[in-house]
Amino acid sequence: MTERTFRVWRGSGENGELTDYTVEVNEGEVVLDVLHRLQATQVPDLAVRWNCKAGKCGSCSVEINGMPRLSCMTRMSVFGPDETVTVTPMRTFPVVRDLVCDVSYNYEKAREIPAFTPDPKTSPGDFRMQQQDVERSQEFRKCIECFLCNNVCHVIRDHEENKEHFSGPRYLMRVAELEMHPEDTADRRQIAQDEFGMGYCNITKCCTEVCPEGIRITDNALIPLKERVADRKYDPLVWLGNTIGRRPKDTPIVPNTRRPAEEE
Amino acid sequence: MLTTLGLAAFVVYATARVFQQDHYWVGEYHYLTPFYSPCLAAQCVPEASLFGRIPVEFPPLVPYALLSLPILLLFRVTCYYYRKAYYRSIWQAPTACAVQEPHRTYTGETRPLMLGQNGHRYFFYLVVAITLINTWDMAVPFFHGTDGGFGVGLGNIIMFVNVLMLWAYTLGCHSCRHVMGGRLKSFGKHPVRYWLWSRISVLNSRHMLFGWLSIATLMTTDFYVSLMASGTITDLRLFN
Ligand code: SF4
Ligand code: SF4
Ligand code: FES
Ligand code: FES
Repeated sequence: MTERTFRVWRGSGENGELTDYTVEVNEGEVVLDVLHRLQATQVPDLAVRWNCKAGKCGSCSVEINGMPRLSCMTRMSVFGPDETVTVTPMRTFPVVRDLVCDVSYNYEKAREIPAFTPDPKTSPGDFRMQQQDVERSQEFRKCIECFLCNNVCHVIRDHEENKEHFSGPRYLMRVAELEMHPEDTADRRQIAQDEFGMGYCNITKCCTEVCPEGIRITDNALIPLKERVADRKYDPLVWLGNTIGRRPKDTPIVPNTRRPAEEE
Repeated sequence: MLTTLGLAAFVVYATARVFQQDHYWVGEYHYLTPFYSPCLAAQCVPEASLFGRIPVEFPPLVPYALLSLPILLLFRVTCYYYRKAYYRSIWQAPTACAVQEPHRTYTGETRPLMLGQNGHRYFFYLVVAITLINTWDMAVPFFHGTDGGFGVGLGNIIMFVNVLMLWAYTLGCHSCRHVMGGRLKSFGKHPVRYWLWSRISVLNSRHMLFGWLSIATLMTTDFYVSLMASGTITDLRLFN
């Protein structure tokens, strides 16, 4: 058993500050264990969100020494012997209290994406998907919705005003997944650029770096989606074909999903 | 930091060499540096210009490989890996993950100037052609040994490795991955393109590595050729 200084963000809304605590740490523990001990022994009102303690529910996202991480998957042994451990809530989302954020931004962005749209002439039993195609979207399906990727992305982390027109890596990845689905018939390339902000991403890969599931978000979802957008919007041959010929329909975003203030 | 230094070193070296208009050709073994390929100016050594010359004397400071260099430059500038590298290290957007960036507003690649990044694929197509030319340049000296005929020297090996790295870099391009199969909705229906896509994906996941390796081999090849061309050293012949 050793003692450790934990510097934890306390407070709600805009008002809050870092408070130091000295707390017991045992071998093999993770940051979440220590936060729980703090709660049990010193600050019963500390708000912490968690659920599975196994890196599978995506509830316990915080920033530890400035890096977005799951607190249940960050072992105490990664810190130097006398290092102070600073725990703050995710910076990109509004703080409800202490380490708990309001992550509704993410759910709003999720709702705007046109859902899987199979050919209306088919019925559910008709699909036979090949293993290769399953594997492709399987990678994205590993997502535990911890929102660390959306949190770290500088497009919205440092620029609140971009939130309106940028869905974050998590939901651009969802668009990419649907666009790669063999039985899907919608075309979300236009809205990926115009409504979901694919063009804001400058492929600097921080989302990939923080993803606890190791999903290669940038290489396998975002860049392929950028290439698809280029097919649709920046390819002169395609443009010519569309101008003289019949243009395939672009699918609009899901109606009534943007709040009225954002509608203009 | 290292990235900035690496890029700067390459830019400085390449600029110096490209504008030098000299020491690019070793007549004895038909070595041509990639920085002067294809050699287009009227002053190019005739044997060095494998693809013809324009009947115009290039004034000083105009690169002899006037056609290929800008394309190569734009290819690397719009490369998804180099974009990441210089957005982070030079433009500081973001400086590092989770570090506050120093810009007040940010529009990413949505404004007219930056929209050009979406044209990366066209540079890819052109660069495939240039890499074919480089491959030809690499093959020719094998048939110009000391007594004519087949021969191998250290220069051949260096050029061969360089071309290998150039292909590994070029074919690992994200645009290449896209056209080879990435753009498909269904892999199951296109087994051949799926196979191509999966091969390219192997190169693609090491794209950064090949990016730097190819820069290193380009500089090595050019440096070795320039040393020979200026008479500082002679080629180490392994066979004929
Ligand atoms: S790669 Fe794009 S989406 Fe991911 S963190 Fe960087 S800018 Fe954001
Ligand atoms: S993609 Fe990764 S980082 Fe993003 S929400 Fe899913 S699991 Fe978390
Ligand atoms: S508590 Fe479930 S991921 Fe950490
Ligand atoms: S060359 Fe790097 S992505 Fe195309």
